[in-house]
Amino acid sequence: MDIDFYWSTFLELLTGVPLMAQLVSLSLAVGFVLAVFVALIRLSRWRLASGIAYGYVYVFRGTPLLVQMFLIYYGLGQFEWIRESFLWVFLRQPYWCAILAFTLNTGAYGSEIIRGGLQSVPWGQIEAARAAGMSGWLLFRRITMPIGIRQALPAYGNEMILMVKATSLASIITMLEITGIAQRLISQSYRAVEILVVAGVIYLMINFMLTRLVKWLEHWLSPHLRDAPVVATPAAALAH
Amino acid sequence: MELLSWGDKGWGDELFFATLMTLAVATAAFLLGLVFGSLGAAAKLSRHGWLRAIADGYTTIMRGVPDLLVIYLFYFGGSALVTYVANKWLGTSGFVGINAFTIGALAIAILSGAYSTEVIRGAVLAIPKGEIEAARAVGMSRLLLFRRILAPQALRYALPGLGNVWQLALKETALISVTGLVEIMRQSTIAAGSTKKPFTFYAAAAVLYLVLTTLSTYAFQRAEDRSMRGMRRA
Repeated sequence: MDIDFYWSTFLELLTGVPLMAQLVSLSLAVGFVLAVFVALIRLSRWRLASGIAYGYVYVFRGTPLLVQMFLIYYGLGQFEWIRESFLWVFLRQPYWCAILAFTLNTGAYGSEIIRGGLQSVPWGQIEAARAAGMSGWLLFRRITMPIGIRQALPAYGNEMILMVKATSLASIITMLEITGIAQRLISQSYRAVEILVVAGVIYLMINFMLTRLVKWLEHWLSPHLRDAPVVATPAAALAH
Repeated sequence: MELLSWGDKGWGDELFFATLMTLAVATAAFLLGLVFGSLGAAAKLSRHGWLRAIADGYTTIMRGVPDLLVIYLFYFGGSALVTYVANKWLGTSGFVGINAFTIGALAIAILSGAYSTEVIRGAVLAIPKGEIEAARAVGMSRLLLFRRILAPQALRYALPGLGNVWQLALKETALISVTGLVEIMRQSTIAAGSTKKPFTFYAAAAVLYLVLTTLSTYAFQRAEDRSMRGMRRA
């Protein structure tokens, strides 16, 4: 066991964490908005839009993420008009291509999770809100959305972990995040197994922290499921 | 469109055989993953704490580490291990490689085995306790109980979950292209490189994957319907 080598590899690989965190947080943030939007369209009465949203989800869930990333990064350059448009400033950079691919991918998976969450909101709650005079946006903002999102949170936590794991694919289109740096180190030292194990440990640590965070968020969002806090009452104080 | 035609001029036949390769790797990996999954589920349901701990470690690691990392580990580590063993005991010298198919199928089998473990464990737990007690009461041996009561019912409960595991395995095979195995992804990259039409070929790859996943959804639905034919419906 060469502890020094493990430690220096660990420190070296940690320098890839900020880029990974950027890729994850940006795609998750935009992807979440997209997911809510797509879920709402799919639940709407507008048949055509709902069909298009279904098509989007179907295609992105039915193909590997790697294909989606290659289509965006290598594929789009095939078209003259894209290379001449202002979009090319972004689309020729692997960073934005990776983010676009991750966002579209998590948007598709996330929309199914959120749709499930929204559909699980008890009908009685919506009826009660209607009876209290809420409708449309107010009803959505106050009742459907908060309850639906809370229902969807455990499944969405899984999706977040899948996203962290998915960022390793960005190394294939030359991004130097954790896996990318690991590959560079392997080509320098040829000690592949040790380096990959250290990289695996880093991913496990990140995912462990993420799971804790989601658990905490779930706890925070479900006060109604917790025991009532023990409050010191005068009566209790007197009993002593 | 001529690019995708059959024969020497187009890449249609190459893509077709690449699709068969994808199916072959995915099937091998899925079936081997079922073996790992059954062992994992048995370990998780075992009375021995150390077996449960090993199985928990296995599923936690495999679900927390990127698939690509596991594939690299098998790619680099597998060859290193085989070279070491061959040089030490088989009297060879120098580098010994394993073929990309074996590495890819093994890596994906280990990954999908972790998912299968959870699916099979859940399925076994879904079997009503009374049925197992009843089987014991009529004097079935452990093996007979497994064959007649446990396995057929667990398979029925596990089928929807295993359908998901299969879809995952199918999509994960795209990552094996990094080891050089000529499956859909690798073949598309080769074609894209030599024709300078990357969009066309990656779009073709996407369509091929969509066809495979759609057909699988249909097949698993059929299997599910068939497995439920004896069940009472609400």
